[in-house]
Amino acid sequence: MLTRIPPRVRALLILSILILIAPMLFPSSFYYRIGTLIFINSIAVIGLVILIGYAGQISLGHAGFSGIGAYACALAPTHLGLPPFLSLILGAVISGLLAWFVGRPILRLKGHYLAVATLGLGMLISMVLNNEAQFTGGPDGMMVASLGLTKGLEGLFDVNLKTSVVWYWFAGVMVLLGAWIALNLYNSPTGRVLRSVHDSEIAAKTVGADVARYKLVAFVISAVYASIAGSMLALFNRFITPDIASFLHSVELVTMTVLGGAGSVLGGIAGATLLTALPQALTVFHEYEHVMLGLIMMLVMIFMRDGLLPTLRKTLTRRAIA
Amino acid sequence: MSLLGVRGLGIDFGGITAVNALDFDVQPGEIVSIIGPNGAGKTTLFNMISGIYKPDRGTVTLDGDDVTSLEPHKLAERGLSRTFQNLQSFEQMTALENVMVGCHMSERSPVWVDLLRLPSSSRRNRETQERAMTLLKRVHLEKAAHMEASSLSYGALKRIDIARALACNPRILLLDEPAAGCNAVETEEIDALIAEIAQEGVAILLVEHDMKLVMKISNHVIALNYGEKLAEGTPAEISRDPKVVEAYLGSHGGKEAADALG
Repeated sequence: MLTRIPPRVRALLILSILILIAPMLFPSSFYYRIGTLIFINSIAVIGLVILIGYAGQISLGHAGFSGIGAYACALAPTHLGLPPFLSLILGAVISGLLAWFVGRPILRLKGHYLAVATLGLGMLISMVLNNEAQFTGGPDGMMVASLGLTKGLEGLFDVNLKTSVVWYWFAGVMVLLGAWIALNLYNSPTGRVLRSVHDSEIAAKTVGADVARYKLVAFVISAVYASIAGSMLALFNRFITPDIASFLHSVELVTMTVLGGAGSVLGGIAGATLLTALPQALTVFHEYEHVMLGLIMMLVMIFMRDGLLPTLRKTLTRRAIA
Repeated sequence: MSLLGVRGLGIDFGGITAVNALDFDVQPGEIVSIIGPNGAGKTTLFNMISGIYKPDRGTVTLDGDDVTSLEPHKLAERGLSRTFQNLQSFEQMTALENVMVGCHMSERSPVWVDLLRLPSSSRRNRETQERAMTLLKRVHLEKAAHMEASSLSYGALKRIDIARALACNPRILLLDEPAAGCNAVETEEIDALIAEIAQEGVAILLVEHDMKLVMKISNHVIALNYGEKLAEGTPAEISRDPKVVEAYLGSHGGKEAADALG
């Protein structure tokens, strides 16, 4: 019966159910916080699924866009008097525009050349955030205004709510929205061109697709996703440091995308879940925490070359047929 | 005025002349074949006409308009479409999706319409799918429609390539060794398909090593050697041309072949 539902709808259903039932397994409200972080990372990763998985272009600088989103929410409310939610949108617009301007020249590059160019972009943003201390507080970071979600809801319904619980549901809805858009794209005229660019740029050109433009579209969309994720992280933590724009964070996002299965939205979310939750679970190993994390990542890539979810799906369908 | 006009076309790679001073024309509905030994410059010529290489000399015209060095996607919009010798399939997409990408120019829509999956996006999707399915039937691959391209045979991929190029509604179709790697039955099918496409008024420029196929369906044959035109004419004229025989077999082999044929 499940097979008769279109894959797009099925993926959204599975995701909704997981978001709904996960809290039943939470032993304490601390887990709502981890759940929220997973969702926020998932949003950035869904953007990268579109860029890396659909269009086959790499970026090692997307944390830079998260940084722009985060600092838009930190700076715009105090300097421009913008409410936090509009600051999030402002950040997304700035990120999108920057991606559009920078993407034009650098998306001509391929493979590792593109990787190095995007790396430079990320580093540039990170350096600005570190050095413009009079605005950003430098490496020490800065406080961020509250989105006012909890207060707003409490005012509306006259109840007492935990911020992490409210954020869990808010971020959950945002992930669903992000996944819905990415899944819409997959089997659309635009999405098909992006996926064809992944396999053969030259063939995509010969059927009349303006490949440079479509790569730019994927780059801008993924930058907006990363920016929104960055804004949400800033508003959730109420505090932000330039680390959010660091090279390490960029690599982390790409790792989540590839580990989960770059071509699939659910795979990307699985990767984000694993790499966000695992460090928490691995704290029992104390100083060996990072060794274990690295080991798990290597094993997944060696034994599940297509990434976590696509490999599992293949194994399961093979079992089902047998 | 010819549909495709090539005048004085030439390109050098690192000081070595790959193609030089080529002139020829292709009329609507005509099948013109380019033959020549390996390395004669056939694929290079295709790459120049289809905008993948920028020629160093000469011009390419479509309907009299100069289209030299235009980007491939601009040429596609003007009705020039091609297939590739080394397959350029979209491997991670299904056979049907491969052909659907070929319909790109008729289904192009604003990005936000696709992101939000507005009704017009779904409608276009359905229309494209139907059209792509018809084209797949035309190359007898409707059964493979939902299989991933990477799991299909070489011969099947060659035909998907043709279906994808046809999806662009070309006025001129460049086929680079469409029958390479195909068995006798498949070759015959491709042969019939090419003739059928030409009958609909599409001009066809063909590179092919299967001489039986070339001689059977071409209106016109151009023989290349070392990047230059060696001979041009009807299939019968070309097959008798001593220069062509020599280029293929060497002067000594040519004599032997002539002797053998009596």
